[in-house]
This record gives sequence, C-alpha cells and structure tokens, in this order.
Amino acid sequence: MAAAATNHPLVQLHRISKHFGEGETRVDALRDVSLAVYPGQVVAFLGPSGSGKTTLLNIIGCILDPSSGSMELDGERVIEDGRWLRSDLKSLRLDKIGFIFQFHNLIPFLDATDNVALVLQLAGADATTARARAVELLDYLEVGHRRGAMPAKLSGGEAQRVAIARALANRPRIILADEPTAALDSKRAGIVMDLLRKVAVERQAAIIAVTHDEKIFDRFDRIFGLRDGRLETYIDQDQRIPVA
Amino acid sequence: MNLAYRDIRHNLGRFLLTCVGLGLLLGVVLAMIGIYRGLVVDALTIARAPAVDLWVVEANTRGPFAEASRIPGDIREAIARIAGVSAAGSITYQTVETEHMGDKLRLYVIGYEPTRPGGPPEIIAGRGIARSHYEMIADQSTGLTLGGRIHLGRNMFTVVGLTRYQTNSGGDPAIYITLPDAQKLQFDLAPPAARVQLARGSGSASRDTVNAVVARLHPNASSDAVAETVHRWKHLTAITQEAQELILTRSLVDRARRQIGLFTSLLLTVSAVIIALIIYTMTMEKLKQIATLKLIGAPDRTIIGMIVQQALALGFIGFAIGATLIVNIKDYFPRRVVLEPDNVLVLGLIVFAVCLVSSGLGVRAALRVEPATALGG
Ligand SMILES: Nc1ncnc2c1ncn2[C@@H]1O[C@H](COP(=O)(O)OP(=O)(O)OP(=O)(O)O)[C@@H](O)[C@H]1O
Ligand SMILES: [Mg+2]
Repeated sequence: MAAAATNHPLVQLHRISKHFGEGETRVDALRDVSLAVYPGQVVAFLGPSGSGKTTLLNIIGCILDPSSGSMELDGERVIEDGRWLRSDLKSLRLDKIGFIFQFHNLIPFLDATDNVALVLQLAGADATTARARAVELLDYLEVGHRRGAMPAKLSGGEAQRVAIARALANRPRIILADEPTAALDSKRAGIVMDLLRKVAVERQAAIIAVTHDEKIFDRFDRIFGLRDGRLETYIDQDQRIPVA
Repeated sequence: MNLAYRDIRHNLGRFLLTCVGLGLLLGVVLAMIGIYRGLVVDALTIARAPAVDLWVVEANTRGPFAEASRIPGDIREAIARIAGVSAAGSITYQTVETEHMGDKLRLYVIGYEPTRPGGPPEIIAGRGIARSHYEMIADQSTGLTLGGRIHLGRNMFTVVGLTRYQTNSGGDPAIYITLPDAQKLQFDLAPPAARVQLARGSGSASRDTVNAVVARLHPNASSDAVAETVHRWKHLTAITQEAQELILTRSLVDRARRQIGLFTSLLLTVSAVIIALIIYTMTMEKLKQIATLKLIGAPDRTIIGMIVQQALALGFIGFAIGATLIVNIKDYFPRRVVLEPDNVLVLGLIVFAVCLVSSGLGVRAALRVEPATALGG
C-alpha cells in the first residue's frame, strides 16, 4: 500500500512533553511522546477530546514550544531538550511544512489561484512564476477549473483541495492536517485522502493528520492512539513499516 | 501581490461606506475649524477694511468696536495736521434693523467721508458713493442688489455699489453710507422727542459727533510717535492698528472663539477615537486570516504592511471626501467659513498620525496572535 519507506524518518520525536500552566492549573497535554514518521507514510493521531492531538501537531508544525524533549525534521535537529535550535521558525515552516486545516482557512479576499500563489511568493517566487505554478497545482488537485473563484464561491470539497494545493505549493515534505475531512461528506473525504496518498507517494512526503473520522481509518498506514497525553497504541495497516 | 489592496477590493462597498462616514465626520471637523477661523477673520475684517495705521477714539476707551466711543467730528482736521499723518477720516458705526422684501435685515452701518480713509476696501460692482446723500454701498451678503432701495431711519437709500466679505464680529453684513447720513441716522431724535427737546430750550446741539477718526501714516512715520502726540489731547486715545486687532480677537470675540475652539478639539478627539476604533475593529475581524498568514510563513512585515496600508488608505480617502465636501459647501453657511490651506494641512497630518497610531494598536494585536489559532475550528 505505501511506497517503500527509507530508514530516515522525516519526523522524529524523542520524549516530547508539554504542559500548560503551573501548580493547581497545570495541564499535562503531552507526556514523553516518542514517534517517527517516514517518507511516503500517511499517519493519523486518534484519541478522545483533550488527549493532546492538536498539541502534538502544533509542536511538529513548529508553532508551539514543547516543555521538554527533542525533535528532528527531515534529518535536521530543531528541538533539543525543549529548546528551539533555530530562531527563524517561519522560514522553517515555509520550507518544510504544509498545513491543511479543518476548515479550509483560505484567505477570503484572494481567488483560488492567488491563495496558492501567495505562499509561493512568500517563499521568493516572482508573481508570474507563482501564478503559473499555482495553476499547475490546482490542476494536479483537480480543481483547475475553479482557479478564478473566490473561496466563498467554492464548495467544501473544492475549497479543501485548494487548501491542499496551498499546503503543497512550496513542496514541503511534511504535511500536517487537523481534521482535514471533518467538514466533508464521505465521498469527498475519500477524494481528499486519495489525493494526500498520491502526494505522499509521488513526493515521498509524510502526511500527519488528526482525525475522528471512522470512514477514513483504513486510509492510514499507521494510527497513533493518544490518551491523556500519552502515546498508548499504534495500529499498523502495513507491517512493512518499521516500528519507531 | 498587495494584500491590503486585495482585501479592500474584495469588500469595496463596505470600505467605501466606512470612508464616506469618516469623510462626513472629518468634514464636520473641518467646518468647525473653518467657522473658528471665520469668526476671527470676521472680527478683523471691519477693522482692516479702512487700511489705516491709527485709531483715534474717546479717552480711556478701547473703541470703537469693543466699547462705545464718541468724539467731536472736527478732531479729524487736527489729526490730519499732525506730522507723519498722510490722511485721516471720521467714521461712525452702528447696527440697524430694517426690512427688505418682507424679511428682517440686520445691517452694520458704516458712515464715512468718501474722499477720506474709511470706505469699503473694494467695489465689485457698481460705483463708489458720488452724492452726499442717500446712496450706499452694500456687502453682497445683505442680499441687496445694484439699484435696490431700502429704508434707513426716515430716508430711502439706493444701492450704488457692492462690496464683499464685509461683516462685523457678530456676522451682520455691512453697508457704507456718507458720514452726514450716518450721523443723522444715529444721533437725530425722532420728531416727537425733538419737539420735547426744543420746548425745553436745549435746541439741537451740534450733532457733529463721530465714533472714531482713522489715520493713515506716511511710510516712514512711527505710529507710536503719532499716538504719543494724540495723547496730549486729554479727551482722546490713540490705538495702533496692531493693538486694535488684538482688542478685537482678545476681548470682543474671545468667548466665542474659545467656545468654538473647545468644541473643535472635542470633535477632533471624538474623530480620533472613532478612527482608532474603526481601524482596530478592521484588524480584529481579520485575526484568523492573520493567524493563517503567519502559519503559512508570511513575515511580520507583510502583515504590518497590510494593516498600515489599509489604515492610511482609509484616512486618506476619508479626509479627501471630507475636504471636498466642505470646500464645496462652505459658501452656503450663513456666516463665513474660512479654510486656509495650512489648517487643512494640519488636520490632514493629525488624521495621518491618528491612523498610524491606531494601526499600531492593530499591529500589536496582530503580532500577538498565535499562528496556532488558525488551526482547529
Ligand atoms: N493554550 C492552552 N492552555 C492551557 N491548556 C491547553 C492549551 N491548549 C491545550 N490545552 C489543554 O491541553 C490538553 C490537550 O489539548 P489538545 O487541544 O491537544 O486536545 P485534542 O486532543 O486536540 O482535543 P480535541 O479532540 O478536542 O481537539 C487539553 O486538556 C487542553 O485543555
Ligand atoms: Mg484538537
């Protein structure tokens, strides 16, 4: 099912912990989470509400500081003992990570093409190249015919595919998705998952999603089960994938 | 791509509506500034009209505008003979109420000697006064027209010339008539009272009384020196033009000036608060988009640029609308509205500064928002 995994993980966490507040109000959102995700893998975080899924995704996405632990992204060590080793987290995100949201979060005042072109321009592409490449990406995600539409005029599935195009624009190898299919019906959810799978395979990317969506459980190579901030179980769909 | 422009274009109707609202508010502020300036200019107009250097008035008064002043008319000849004086003229001032085409008309009547200083500064239509009786030059804001006739006292006057911008500090438009006509109007008793006076045997005393004598000096004469000479007549006081203008702005219209000034600064404060609120709200509404932008890696300067550019666009367009509005309607105000380019410029700078400061508040909020807020529902 998955493409051949290499032995170099794209995402590797080592004993990551995160707590919010201190004393009475302390919440341990993550406790000693270690895991690895390999190129070509599509994995999910699953768990009850408050179990720490979003927190974990945010740390991998470099938008939340962990309390302790280390992390490597694409072979580069970015967190050591709970401290960032890089100060330019924005450019780290721009280069390596693509985000897909539960609600598409497209910029409402830019059309589909410009929503995608924007991230390309932020990464330094000139306007013409950016737009050309954006159109290419929209075609790739089968929403090319809607390239001039404003987000408000797109259907949920179309908007989510534009958002995926945006997440892919700078060819990140790590793609994070918080409930990417929650707002979609099962047919469209299936289409989106197929697309993510295609991206993982063709680009040797790692797709990490948070989901509650039972309809799509069988689409993941591995599901990490979280409970009270601890990584408790993982279910593998494909035994060829090495265990972290 | 310019995000500020794209956002505005996407919500163009709403943005323009906000601009128009702000424009109206700034228009009101500009109007108040104009009214304030107009008040000061109006107060000075009459004192500047004769273009003189010295005002000779009754001793120990600050006349003829701030206080009543009466001096004998023949003083003028004595003043004209003082060294350094090139010309002198007698003047009377009074306010009368009359009727014109069924409407009440308040007029500020100036009596002067047509061959001497004291007349209207310019004649925009018709001619100057040529006959010694019953002709007048009227300010165009009286609504009188050339050839128009109007009752003053017991006589009918004909408008032979028009002037403009001549009103007293209360906003009443001025008319000019000859000194003898004005003296008759001011000092003549009504027939029954005159008969009583006559019966008492006091007769009709000399009525050659005027309110002030104005004097123009030779270019190199010192007005202080001439004033010194005048002071030797115990019954006279001399006020330089400069001092007269100071009296007018400091005492005559001082309260009104402070009142309008205070109100203007209040309005300005209200506008500043409203501008700040609009810009802050504009940013707050976009916080989620800003979080998304941050998440996908937009640098702070992109986000700051978007907020600041929108704030400045709002301020600029609003100000342009307000200024255009007031410039076009200012002449329809019942009293003069004077907008000097520097007043407009100063308000423009204030609006600019307020926009910058309030976009600073928005920027602060935007920079604080966690990119993580873009995730999740
Ligand atoms: N900023 C924060 N401040 C304090 N506590 C927080 C914060 N963010 C998360 N938490 C707490 O950390 C724990 C884990 O939260 P998290 O959002 O990761 O859960 P989740 O698994 O994503 O839940 P859900 O399925 O409801 O989205 C929860 O108990 C939550 O209340
Ligand atoms: Mg969550």
